[in-house]
Amino acid sequence: MTDVAAAVSAGWDSYARIVASLIRVTGDWTLAEDCAQEAMAAALERWPRDGVPGNPGGWLQTVARNRAIDVLRRAAVEKTKLQEVAMLWDPGSPGTPGEIADDRLRLIFTCCHPALSLEARVALTLRTIAGVPTTDIARAFLVTESTMTRRITRAKSKIADARIPYRVPTGKALDDRLPGVLAVLYILFTRGYDADGEPAFAEEAIRLARLLTSLMPAEPEVPSLLALFLLQHSRRHARRDAMGDLITLEKQNRARWDQEAIAEAVTILMRTPVEGPYAIQARIAACHATALTLATTDWPSIALWYDKLAEIQPSPVVALNRAVAHSYAFGPAAGLALLAEARSDGALDNYAAAIAVEADLTARSGDLPRAAALFRTAAAAAPSDVERRALLTRASDLDR
Amino acid sequence: MKYMMFVCSDTEPETDESRVPDIEVWVAENDASGRRVTGNQLSPPSAATTIRVRGGEVLLSDGPFAETKEVIVGFDILECADLDEAIAVATAHPMAYNGRLELRPYADL
Repeated sequence: MTDVAAAVSAGWDSYARIVASLIRVTGDWTLAEDCAQEAMAAALERWPRDGVPGNPGGWLQTVARNRAIDVLRRAAVEKTKLQEVAMLWDPGSPGTPGEIADDRLRLIFTCCHPALSLEARVALTLRTIAGVPTTDIARAFLVTESTMTRRITRAKSKIADARIPYRVPTGKALDDRLPGVLAVLYILFTRGYDADGEPAFAEEAIRLARLLTSLMPAEPEVPSLLALFLLQHSRRHARRDAMGDLITLEKQNRARWDQEAIAEAVTILMRTPVEGPYAIQARIAACHATALTLATTDWPSIALWYDKLAEIQPSPVVALNRAVAHSYAFGPAAGLALLAEARSDGALDNYAAAIAVEADLTARSGDLPRAAALFRTAAAAAPSDVERRALLTRASDLDR
Repeated sequence: MKYMMFVCSDTEPETDESRVPDIEVWVAENDASGRRVTGNQLSPPSAATTIRVRGGEVLLSDGPFAETKEVIVGFDILECADLDEAIAVATAHPMAYNGRLELRPYADL
């Protein structure tokens, strides 16, 4: 069974290929998904009984293609389209590998088209490219399954009705659109990484980032995003205690960090130029991941990277993290000064993380009673129970 | 694929006038390429008349007068290969800067 499970898991890559190519040839998203799913279901049924075929991907593609031909024949589509489907994934047909790679890229760019709502983009990417069941997507985004089904159906209708092209943009349009695609992957990853999230989504985001890296090797922000995911994900076994509560970076058991993932990320970053925000964020994450202890972390470098990030992509959260980095590099007073600056426009008002940072900097400045009170204020504003408990623990630690 | 492009006013137009493209150039280019089928400015909402027929009776009323300042001030019919091409055409229109544009595909395919 384990062999079968491994083969089915490897079939994930085939799933995206099947869906992507069937959409290109038939233009029918539902048909493409149904056929890919039926192929996966057939594999789950037959492989345990008959053994895993020598070429699992090819097997899945053949089953999906035959299914598609059956459906299209019954719908009496024109002969040329049937022939096109029959030619899909045929090793004898010229130029197939490139076309398949392009198909998956087309699918990604269409699912992430900015004319769709951001929620729809994330849902469609999960559903169509990663083949995640609608129930799981709905649970992760805290809506009912029927709401999520409607959201996905509406997105597919808009693609057809407004004629959103099934194409990878080129030139300036690609520069305009790529950040949007990466943003969808980033939301997907954080949805897997957040306290109340769906952990499997982080893995899906990493798989998609790997796929995108292999498809777009010339865009430095793509491998940078993959490296960032790998670095954050490397802490997955260390960032929760047995109760599921968050463990802060300083208290994490660094021996439990995934060294293989860290090494892969560092290797990627060594050959990737710094061109955008993900490259900078990944380098900040790498400074943390390669430090043996919190104290020996290269904080001056992190502070510099945050200065750079605040310059090219200013946001309240970046300003907040910059204040933290400066506090470790140059002392809590430096951090408090930057925090005051970050708060001056009111964007961080009643934001639990900002209050928690003030509490931490206050504690490190020596005013423990005020720090404890601030941690309690932060807990009251915390967005999840896990985070609330972590902040209350900090407060009661200071009372002692 | 035909798209109806509603040209609307907006309360927060682009402040840097030097960025706004010229409407004459936009019309000339898109008429020449065949992407603009037709289009025009419209008279203000004060010239509008609403018509309904209910129970065999014709009901006319003045207006409607929009509650907001964002009203349709014109339209163009675009003929484009797909939404990306229509977006590119719309992005070069001065009212994408001074107002807002809404692209609606024809329902018949």
